[in-house]
Amino acid sequence: MDFEKYLRIDKLPHIWCPGCGHGTILNSFIRAFAESGLDQDKTVVISGIGCSGRATGYLNFDTLHTTHGRAIAFAAGVKMANPGLNVVVMTGDGDGSAIGGNHLIHAARRNIDLTVILFNNQIYGMTGGQFSPMTPTGDQATTAPYGNIDQNFDLAKLVEGAGGGFIARGATHDPRQLKKIYLAALKHKGFSFVESFSQCPVSYGRQNKAGDAVEMLKKQQEDTVSFKKWQELSFEEKQGKYPLGILKEVENPESEYTESYQKIIKKLKKEEAF
Amino acid sequence: MARGDRVKLENADWCKNCGICISVCPTNVLIKGRDRVKIDDLEKCIGCQNCELICPDFVLKVVTQDEN
Repeated sequence: MDFEKYLRIDKLPHIWCPGCGHGTILNSFIRAFAESGLDQDKTVVISGIGCSGRATGYLNFDTLHTTHGRAIAFAAGVKMANPGLNVVVMTGDGDGSAIGGNHLIHAARRNIDLTVILFNNQIYGMTGGQFSPMTPTGDQATTAPYGNIDQNFDLAKLVEGAGGGFIARGATHDPRQLKKIYLAALKHKGFSFVESFSQCPVSYGRQNKAGDAVEMLKKQQEDTVSFKKWQELSFEEKQGKYPLGILKEVENPESEYTESYQKIIKKLKKEEAF
Repeated sequence: MARGDRVKLENADWCKNCGICISVCPTNVLIKGRDRVKIDDLEKCIGCQNCELICPDFVLKVVTQDEN
């Protein structure tokens, strides 16, 4: 595949650390995009702050690099102003679940047609390894030197509770599945959310003695199962395991937010004409 | 991906020597070099694209042999 078409070659190599999974996510995304048949000139990619925020700098689309946590808020604005655009949001676990958590909930609740790709490396990597809401209980971080006492947080369940129509989880150890998930998410009409597990061998791996990128990927593979297999597991077996794949897919194009909004505009314009 | 396709270091300068491609290669085509990954034995390559798909730095590409 000619990925040069979708990348800003002059900006590469990227600044992500050796072995960082964010590059694999970007790699899978451009492959999925190439297959989707969507118009590159009618696609906007928006990101917030953090390691994940760098993604828009390398993508040869119309892009916005916005303030911390507000990627979804900016994206909702872009989509409302021009509903003809495909809007993709690239956000991180700190960006999307902590400071931008509220935007995530309300974008899902409104079923606005965005594709949200959340890079989950379980830590604030760029600022030096502080714990994020996605850091597992007991793990070390700069701000949790005696272990993180926060409970584990399942973002996919949060988005499901908020009413998201398309929810999926992928992981960088399986880029083929990741690509398939992104393709389905891009094609879904309405809000789609993909949590993408990524490895951070530098800020997370070193503090937790998790080894290099290869060992982290092996561990990631052990901790995840396919959604189909996960459903057959008992309650005890499910502990500490994460299902991978499309977790929920409900088509509900009538409730899509921008479309409902356009309907009201059309209706009012007709009434004015009389 | 077609029969006879082989891996190529398309953007060798971008390699950060993380070693992920080496770990996913089923036939041990790749080895770690001093600064970047090296192709050890191209004849063993089966063109499975495992390395190309997982490479975080867009270094590797599987191409038909004529282009190589």
